[in-house]
This record gives sequence, C-alpha cells and structure tokens, in this order.
Amino acid sequence: MNTALSWIKAYVPELQCEDQEYFDKMTLTGTKVEGFERLDKNLEKIVVGQIEKIERHPDADKLIICQVNIGNETIQIVTGAPNVKEGDKVPVVLDGGKVAGGHDGGPLPEDGIKIKAGKLRGVPSNGMMCSIEELGSNRDMYPEAPEEGIYIFGDDVEVGSDAIEALGLHDTVFEYEITSNRVDCYSILGIAREAAATFKKPFVPPVVEVKENGEDVNDYISVEVEDKELCTRYCARVCKNIKIGPSPKWMQRRLAASGIRPINNLVDITNYVMEEYGQPMHAFDLDTIAGNKIIVRRAMDGEEFQTLDGQMRKLDSDILMICDAEKEIGIAGIMGGENSKITDNVKTVLFEAATFNGPNIRKSAKRLGLRTDASGKFEKGLDPVNAKAAIDRACQLIQELGCGEVVGGTADVCEPIKENPAIKFEPEKINKFLGTDIAKEDMLNIFKMLELEYNEETNEIKAPSFRQDVNCFADVAEEVARFYGYDKIPVSLPSGEATTGKLSFKMRVEEKAREIAEFCGFSQGMTYSFESPKVFDKLMLPEDSEYRKTVKIANPLGEDFSIMRTLSLNGMLTSLATNYNRRNKNVRLYELGNVYLPKQVPVTELPEERMQFTLGMYGDGDFFTMKGVVEEFFDSLGMRKKAVYDPNAGKVYLHPGRQASISYDGVVVGYLGEVHPEVLDNYNIGTKVYVAVLDMPEVVRLASFDRKYEGIAKYPAVTRDISMVVPKEILVGQIESMIEQRGGKILESYSLFDVYEGAQIKEGYKSVAYSISFRAKDRTLEEADVTAAMKKILNGLESMGIELRA
Amino acid sequence: MKEKLEQIKADALSKIENSDTLEKLNEIRVNFLGKKGELTAVLKSMKDVAPEERPKVGQMVNETREEIEKVLEKHISQMEKALREAKMKTEVIDVTLPAKKNNVGHRHPNTIALEEVERIFIGMGYEVVEGPEVEKDYYNFEALNIPKDHPARDEQDTFYITEDIVLRTQTSPVQVREMEKGKLPIRMIAPGRVFRSDEVDATHSPSFHQIEGLVIDKNITFADLKGTLAEFARELFGEETKVKFRPHHFPFTEPSAEMDVTCFKCGGSGCRFCKGSGWIEILGCGMVHPNVLNMSGIDPEEYSGFAFGVGLERIALLKYEIDDMRLLYENDIRFLKQF
Repeated sequence: MNTALSWIKAYVPELQCEDQEYFDKMTLTGTKVEGFERLDKNLEKIVVGQIEKIERHPDADKLIICQVNIGNETIQIVTGAPNVKEGDKVPVVLDGGKVAGGHDGGPLPEDGIKIKAGKLRGVPSNGMMCSIEELGSNRDMYPEAPEEGIYIFGDDVEVGSDAIEALGLHDTVFEYEITSNRVDCYSILGIAREAAATFKKPFVPPVVEVKENGEDVNDYISVEVEDKELCTRYCARVCKNIKIGPSPKWMQRRLAASGIRPINNLVDITNYVMEEYGQPMHAFDLDTIAGNKIIVRRAMDGEEFQTLDGQMRKLDSDILMICDAEKEIGIAGIMGGENSKITDNVKTVLFEAATFNGPNIRKSAKRLGLRTDASGKFEKGLDPVNAKAAIDRACQLIQELGCGEVVGGTADVCEPIKENPAIKFEPEKINKFLGTDIAKEDMLNIFKMLELEYNEETNEIKAPSFRQDVNCFADVAEEVARFYGYDKIPVSLPSGEATTGKLSFKMRVEEKAREIAEFCGFSQGMTYSFESPKVFDKLMLPEDSEYRKTVKIANPLGEDFSIMRTLSLNGMLTSLATNYNRRNKNVRLYELGNVYLPKQVPVTELPEERMQFTLGMYGDGDFFTMKGVVEEFFDSLGMRKKAVYDPNAGKVYLHPGRQASISYDGVVVGYLGEVHPEVLDNYNIGTKVYVAVLDMPEVVRLASFDRKYEGIAKYPAVTRDISMVVPKEILVGQIESMIEQRGGKILESYSLFDVYEGAQIKEGYKSVAYSISFRAKDRTLEEADVTAAMKKILNGLESMGIELRA
Repeated sequence: MKEKLEQIKADALSKIENSDTLEKLNEIRVNFLGKKGELTAVLKSMKDVAPEERPKVGQMVNETREEIEKVLEKHISQMEKALREAKMKTEVIDVTLPAKKNNVGHRHPNTIALEEVERIFIGMGYEVVEGPEVEKDYYNFEALNIPKDHPARDEQDTFYITEDIVLRTQTSPVQVREMEKGKLPIRMIAPGRVFRSDEVDATHSPSFHQIEGLVIDKNITFADLKGTLAEFARELFGEETKVKFRPHHFPFTEPSAEMDVTCFKCGGSGCRFCKGSGWIEILGCGMVHPNVLNMSGIDPEEYSGFAFGVGLERIALLKYEIDDMRLLYENDIRFLKQF
C-alpha cells in the first residue's frame, strides 16, 4: 500500500518527523514500511513565474524568448515549448537549480538534471520553464497538465512563491507491507491511528456530518439481502442532481500519490473513501435500476454477465450478485455491471457500501479470473461498522464538494454485528509472558491509544470492531509488546529442565553416507522431488511398472513438476547430463533424497517416503569403483558381513550384463550398475555412467555404530595360492561362497589376485587365481590342518567343474 | 711376534687408508680378519709360542684385531655416508610439481549451512527431528491456526495432492507432530524440504528447505525467544552480529516477529548487499499461539513456548554470497567444488 505522508499527517496533525524516523518507528511498532520516496527529490530552486512578454527568436523558428516575472525580478528564458502565452503562470527553475527528469518522461536520473544559465542560439536564457515530467511527475497525477509543453498553474498561485509547494510535491510517499491480520491498516485511517500511537500524538479522524436534503432514501430504493451469510451488511444511499466535474486538486494529489489516477469527482470520491476508510464502494446509476430495488443473492449456474469493463463473465451459484427487481447489476465485491455503470450523464447515484464474506469473494474472484482493488479488500474480511462510516463519508464529500445533494437516510440491512470477546486484563501474566516489568498504567495507556476499551469494573479489555485480530490474552500481550517496544524487552535464555541435543540414528547414518561418498570423491547434489511422468519413458520402464504409480500434484507448475518421484535416478542422470554437456570431466555426484511411494492409487493417505542414497559418476572409474564405494559405506556402518551381488537385478534402465542387486543379510538394500546405453542417449550423455542406489530405511535397519575389539592375531598365518581354469559362466562370487563354505574355522581370508581370459586359456573358460589365508586363534597351524582345509576347498571347486592349473 | 703383529697392523691400516671402494674394504676385512686371514694365521701359530707367553700374545693379537676393526668400521661408515649423499644428490625432485590429490568430494552448501545451524542448536540442547514432506492438510495448516479459508492456503501457494493432503509449505507441521507426542519440555529443530508454488527464478524455487525451531516449557518468555535467537545469530554470523526484532504476523504465533541481523558484509553501516539499510532479514518467529498449544493438547495456562522458522537457502545464499538460487539445484560440479 502506497500513501503520501501528508495524508497521514492530516489525521495526526501534531506528527512531526523526518522520513527516516517515520520509517524506523513505524516498522518497530509493526506497520512495516518497505520504502519511501520523496516527491521533491532533485527539485531545487523552482518558483512560480509569470510570463510577461513573448518574442520570436531571431535565429530559430521553433524557439521563443520569454520575459518571466519571478517575484523580485524579471528574467529572460528561451524555450521551445509550444503551449505558453503571455500572462501564464508557470514553474521556473532558476540558474543553479535542479529538475528531476527530462521532458520526455523517461526514467528519472538518480541525481536529477542541473540547470544553468546559458545561451540558446545566441540568446541568453537564465532558467527553464518546466513540464510536469521534468518535475518528476506525470499527467496521471496532474491530469490538467498539457500533453506536451510547460505546466501552467491556475490563477490562485502567487508569483515568486515555491512552485513545488504549489504543486503539493513537498511530500513523501511511503510503501507499507500490511500483514493479513491487520485489515484495518489497509486504510489511511488505520495507518494514521498506528502512527498516532507510535509517536504518542492525538489521532484526529475526519468529522463526518452529512447535510441531507430532507428527502427519504426509502422513497428511492429498498434493499433485500437473500444470502445473509455472504452479505452481513448492505448500506445504500442516494445522491441526486449529480454534477460530474474534476475533483479538487488536494484530492487528486492524494489519490495520485496512492497510485490511483484521478478521473472525475464521483469516481474520485469513491476511490478516496476506499483509501481513507479501506471500504470499497460502488456507485450505480439509479435510473438504470429496475423496480427501485436492490436484491443481494447468489447467481445461477451457467449464467453470463457483462461487467463494466465490457467482458462477459460466466457465473456459478457460489458467486454473490447484486440485482435489481429484474436483472443482475453487479458481481458483489468484485465488479459492477455494464448495464448500471455511471456515465457522464448520470443524474442520480446509488452508493453501495457492504460487507461480504471474505473467503467467498476470494474464491469467486479467483474462479472468475478477476481480482480487483475492491475484491482484494473484501477478501480480507471487512468491518461492518466501517461500511456505514464510509458511505456517510462519501455522501459528505459529495455534498461538500458540490458534486450533488444527499437524500436523507440510509437503506441499511445489517446482521447483528459480532462483538469482539472480552479479555481479562492480567498485567502480571503479560509481564511473565513477555519477560518484562511494564507498569499496569503504561499498558492501559497503550490500550487507550489503540482504542481498546478497558472496563475497570470487570477488569476486561474489549477490542473495537475494526480490530477483529484481538481476541485472546496473547493478542493483548502483543499490543503491549509492540508499543512498549520489542527492542526494550530484555534477553534471556530458557531456564528449566535440561534437554539433550542430538541427531537421530537415521541422521547419523546419513551423515556417514555423506562422509564416505565425499571421501570417495563424490560431491553432494540436490534435485527436485517432483518430476515429469515422461521420465519413466526416458528410463525405458514398461507401461505396467510399479514405478509409474505415483503421487500426483493436483495443481502442478506444469507437467515437468507434476508427479512426486518414485525413483531417484532421473535427478541424478539429469545432473550428470548437465555436467556432461558443460564439458566437466570426471564427475561424481551423490544425493540423499526421498522417493514417494503411494500406498494406493489414487492417493488417500500419506505416501511412504523412503530416503535414497544415490551415487552416479562418469569419467575415471568403473563398475567396481562404484562397488567399492558401496562396500566402504557398509564397512563404516559396521556391516562387515559379505554383501551379495546378484547379476539378475532386473533393472531395465541398466546395462543387462553390468548390473547387480545388492543384498545384505538376505535383504535387498539397493542396486548398482552401468546405465543402459539407450537411457544415456535419452539423457544426451555420450559416455558410460555408473550408478548405485541404496535404500536407506533398510540400510539404517542394518547399520550399527557399536564396535567390539577382537584382538590382533598372535599366531602366524599360512597362505596358499591356487590358480584354476573356470567355465566362463561361473561367477567369482560362486567360487568365493565355496571357499567360505569349505574353508572351515581356520579360514581367515581370501583374495582374488588374477582373472584372465584369452590366449592360453581354452575357449569358454577363464583363469582365476586366489590367495587363501588360514590362521588359528590359539595355536600355530600344522601343515596337516591347512592341507585338509585346502583339500576340502579343492574338492568343492572341482565339483563345480573347475580345473586346477598346474 | 710383536713385530710381526705391528707389521700386519701397519700393512692393514695403510691398505685401508688407500681403499676407495666398499669392496676393497671388505676384501681387507677378509684378508686380515677373516678365517683365513693374517691375524687368524698368527693365532694358529700360537702353538709355537711358549705356553706362559700365550696369553700375552693372544691379548696382543686381539688388540691388533680391534684396532684394525675400529679403523675399518670407521672407513666403511664414512664411505657409506658419502655414497648415500651422492645417491641423494641424484634424487632431487621438483617440489613444485602438482600434488597427487585424493579428489575428495564436496558437500552441498545447503548441507554445510544446515550442519552449522544444527551444531548451534544441538549445543543448546535441541533435538533434531523430521516429519513427512507430503503432509496432511491438518498438520500443515489447521493445527497451526490456519483455518480452511485462510489466504495462506490459497492454491497459489500450496501444492495439493488431494483436498486433505498437501506438499508441506513449511516445516512447522513437525512442531505439531512433536507436541502431539505429549513429551514435555520440548526443544527441537526440524530441518527439511518444503514446497511452494513459485516459478523457478534467481530468487525463487518451488522446492526449498526450512529449519523450524520449537521450545515448549513452563515459564518460556518472549525474552527467552530474543535471547536464544540472538545467540544463534552470533554463532552463525559472528560475535559482532546484532539483532533487531520487528513485529510481524504469523497465524501460529502471537506475538510474532521478524528478526534482522546486522549486515555481515558491511557490519551495519549500509552497503549494496543489505540495500543500504545495514540490516538483513533472516527469520520469522514468535510465541506459540495458545490455539496451537490447545489443539495439540498442551495447556497454554501451564506451558508457553516459542517457535521460529529459518529459510536454509536464504542462509546459504547470504553466507556464501551465491547470487542465483538455481545454482543450488543444477549440481554443476564447478559450483559444488567451491564448498
């Protein structure tokens, strides 16, 4: 909300402060000021001058030479402006002065434009006459200014006086950020009340007295509200003998500073009252209203209605309409109808000031795609008391400004106005809550300034109707805190029972995942939780894949963000593709993020969220590098048993011959592999990519940070190397299982030291070599122990079709 | 005999003196001290010496042996030292050649910022807790004093799954879930992903992170809120950091405030970074609204508390001077490597 400070000061006449001080103090009492702008910025040495004589320039057709009286002297100014004549009073910037902008009305230079005496085509010119644009303003604010040329004052300004003062530009426009609970502050009066309390000066609102013409409004109109839930108050007043003309300059200036373009007295008055009271009003041409009747009811489904902007609007039965005896004449709280709008020929006006149901207006405006200044105010939920005050104020202005005469009385249909609850006044409790020591009297003074009513007898506080946000103890405490000053409240730390700060076990496992991944060269990425359903095609998942059952967003930001991911791979591949396309070499990334698995489709309860530890890389390294990361991770979590890698992982998006599911202790905890070349094509990645995905809930279940020292071996180990010729289809994992099965208690470890296929090895076979270590905890092994164990192993291997090499 | 020994010794020492390789010295050892060496030969000839003379001769032989050995060892060690030095001279490396790094990976700036925040609050006795990202409308809104018709629930801001299920717009629902457990007092922070229907640009993202904080106990005051968050700001942004609390409005706290910190770039004198004000807005906070306590089964007459919410990305962007939020979700390795 933008407002000129002069308008606020009109209701807090004793308020005197610098702009910055106002900014700071208002912000600290809760009326947040976003910024402010001085309207007289870069306007220096500008006075009202009167043109006494105009002559043609001897050497330039388009220039004229003016003798301008600036009060104490007459100066010569050369101008190219087409619109001035002798006798005109104009703003004149003197030698050494400044204007805000150029005459073209473009963006204003930060430091303005300096004006110096000089010569134009050889003729001395000692200043400049200004257009409204050069004064940093525009024709929206000053509609009387000519389209092109110098601004010309009316006769009432004094020659030699401050032109900026005469234009009302010694003012500052403040921009406020009003919080949604303070509906009352979307108005000049609301902000002025806060300003008065902030600066501890009297608040002097306008005195509203309406001079009526002795007729009775009921002879002109009757009001019937059918839907009292959606319209809690409807006030109608009539003004007749309307004379449309410009509104006074002070009103135009105030509106313009608020960003509202002055139009004519009638429109300006309604806008003025909307700003001043925060109550939107509508004016109907009474002659267009059939049956002298206003009916407030819901629209019919599917009906169409033309709003005053000429557009056809499709209605439904949740939209509230203002109707006359025959037809609809306006969409309540949003926009009036074309059929009843005010024209320049209007004779009699029907003013409406009503209170509509806020949420209903908001939803209707949204469905209609028609948010207006009025609906923006109504949707916050307005004070019904204010509706009557505002319509009276409008009628007062109509009469005072000579715009028309006011018919006596108000047609007013009003539901009982809800009173705010009485709140017990407990100063000690407030102090205990805030951690302060504020005197009871100081609290009562704050209430008084804010017009919160204190009843000494019942010791209760009651907020006025415009403060619907004050209805419990905490609200009262806030009012005290705001005006006592948040900055004056002391600081302390919570006392009371000590608590233990900690991370959950799951978080500690995740912390370990980050550590290990980073140790192995992977950097942490983050990707969105939602993605496009197209990713399933990119990953070549079949139509009936479980992954395609997703949690869908009802109102997504487009298809690309429309489903919650059911697998984490798309984010990883997209990130790797970004790096690949930017020619980053050797990229290793990891991510810890949830997938969202619906328990049923369509979703009726919260989905299962499973944290996935996803690793991806291209460049140096291969499948076994990735496998190494997985095993380092398991090792760090005390998962020291042998993980089982099953090549039949069934992942369609991975290379069919280079993938494995990972099981630990009989539980599948994830998978790894090389990404399928076709998937890589789909992501525009031109190099091999390896990924691993670990399902963290399972890993967390298996992990442990407990460690037990097992002692360092005292007796020597015996090592035997074996070299074998193995049918190609046998996996080394199978050989290792056999060694483990048959090695007995004394088997300590084994390690693969050679795998070879090719020359010297017969077709369909590979050469595999292991080094096997034996050790006993309690003695030095005898040759016989080892021989027996080896024999068992070798027999087992032979039974698998494996031949020993000589 | 004695003369013979003297001669052997002189002979040996002179040969040692004239040797220039380890091989030659070893040869001398063998020739003089070895089993077939000259001194051994002398010992062997002892049988020709009168028995009473034998011990004396024996002693003389041993003395000669020791002397030769001593000189020999000295020469050997000198020579070895010289050889090692000569070898090292050939082994000079260019120490300015590039290092062989382990290429350790880097943590995401969001996580680094989060871990800092967690460390501070864990130190103050706060437990870190989590809650679902796809959340019930009740927890995300209703239980936080945001009734059905509140503008904050407008579809413009919230992603809906169904009428009753949303993508949480804040981490505040974790507060409610924690309060419902009924274990008091509570000191917790809840970091996590939140979602708002904002188009992606340099300062907006439809998915970002928040850290929610909640303290519930007997006698918790607004002064405690101020003290705790001032301490947090000093820990996070430096000892010199000052804080300012401005009144604000949130449906689930009353009184509510926004906290500004002195600009950590200019220290509060005003710069481009803080748009000249000297202050930077950092978080929203307030005393837990009695309605919220009531709905979670906590008696507001007995207990009070405060809550706060910090945008993690906001902290990360400010602290690391990242000028575009999109960088956080692109995962360009050249970006990540800087943290």
